[in-house]
Amino acid sequence: MLKVHDIKIPGLAPISFELAAGECLGVSGDSGCGKTRLLRAIADMDEVEGSVCIDELCRPDVSGAEWRKQVALLPAESQWWFDTVAPHFAATANLAALGFGDEVAHWQISRCSSGEKQRLSILRMLANRPKVLLLDEPTANLDVENTRKVEMLVAEYLAENNAVAIWVSHNRSQLERVVSERYFDFSKAAMVTVKQSTPS
Amino acid sequence: MNTLISLSAYDLMLAALLVLALVGLVARMNLGITQQLVIAAIRTTVQLLLVGLVLKQVFESAQLSLIALIMLVMLTVAAWEVLSRQKRKIKAFWGFAISVISLFVSSFLITLIALFFIIGTDPWYTPQYAIPLLGMLLGNTMNGIALGMDRLIQTAWQQRAVIEQRLMLGQTAIEAIREIRHESMRAGMIPIINAMAAAGIVSLPGMMTGQILSGTEPVEAVKYQILIMFLITAGTGFGVIAVLHLISKRLFDARDRLRFDQLLAEKTPDY
Repeated sequence: MLKVHDIKIPGLAPISFELAAGECLGVSGDSGCGKTRLLRAIADMDEVEGSVCIDELCRPDVSGAEWRKQVALLPAESQWWFDTVAPHFAATANLAALGFGDEVAHWQISRCSSGEKQRLSILRMLANRPKVLLLDEPTANLDVENTRKVEMLVAEYLAENNAVAIWVSHNRSQLERVVSERYFDFSKAAMVTVKQSTPS
Repeated sequence: MNTLISLSAYDLMLAALLVLALVGLVARMNLGITQQLVIAAIRTTVQLLLVGLVLKQVFESAQLSLIALIMLVMLTVAAWEVLSRQKRKIKAFWGFAISVISLFVSSFLITLIALFFIIGTDPWYTPQYAIPLLGMLLGNTMNGIALGMDRLIQTAWQQRAVIEQRLMLGQTAIEAIREIRHESMRAGMIPIINAMAAAGIVSLPGMMTGQILSGTEPVEAVKYQILIMFLITAGTGFGVIAVLHLISKRLFDARDRLRFDQLLAEKTPDY
């Protein structure tokens, strides 16, 4: 469903791969090796050569904003610009999925912990119903319990929506849990297969 | 109070004696600005005398080409001044182009409208009206334009992570900097709004004071001052809108990506 062809990130060999509907590809590697730049290129946040398509729809076919509504990038550190939580959400979100009640809408951003902001930013992204999730260390500042909740939420989202995800993580055991069958190791510039068949 | 009392060189020397007395006191007290004070006093005398001579020539000849040349020089210097007030260095070509266009809107167009449709001078480029009018509009709208531009670029730079986050959520470039633009518009307009509110109570505007000194009926002078205030306000508003529009356009590319490299001269960090 997602076709990435010959993405040329400066200093790296051209990157090409395809993901089937529902698939989650892992990405690992040392910091500074280009993981974030790859995600930014797919989300069309930087000017990078190469083509990215979702089924028949390619980057130049729609405006940048329309593309990013479908290809959602979750940055390692979420940003907030209004005083309270609610105005940041473009559509209604399933707050309960990550353990929030309805009162969270009125919370002051300045009083949220980094973990709360991280979980809210995941819900904010999913509220757009994107077809491609680009997750940059999505659970870096979460405890074990919330990490598992996020992993489950993403897996359910992919299955229900026939969406795909690229999951960047330093944590090998997490990648082995979340990916469908393989992850890309930037340090070795190689695909590593961890599962034999794609679970649905 | 019908005619202006002409000042003689002797009168000016008496005023200069006041400055000299200050220089003497400052030197005695070792306050350390003696030299700057003397140089500035000499500069103002020479520069203003030169401008007086130039204006005398221009007013006598009233040639359109000469007036146009002087107006062009004024516009260029004002654009330079806008750029020099920016905390972040903008690419020379774009910075200059954006300043010139904004100042053209804020001052040139407004001056032309005033000459043609409001004051109705004959010919329209009568230098006694055209040059001081343009000068006042440039001098005053330049502040708003410089402030609005600086606020937009500085705030966008500080909040670049927020702008990119909003883009990542599918917002367009215009949506992603909406609040920053509002704030920059305010920053550019507040000085002239305050000046209008304080005029006549806290301050007597310079042009009106000058006209009254030269023998104009106060109510006539006030009418001109109100006209100027409105022109400056409209000019500042249109000029700030123009500069914010042009800077925002340059800040993003056709794919709505944040591109400080298109605007700033210094290298922006890689992500």
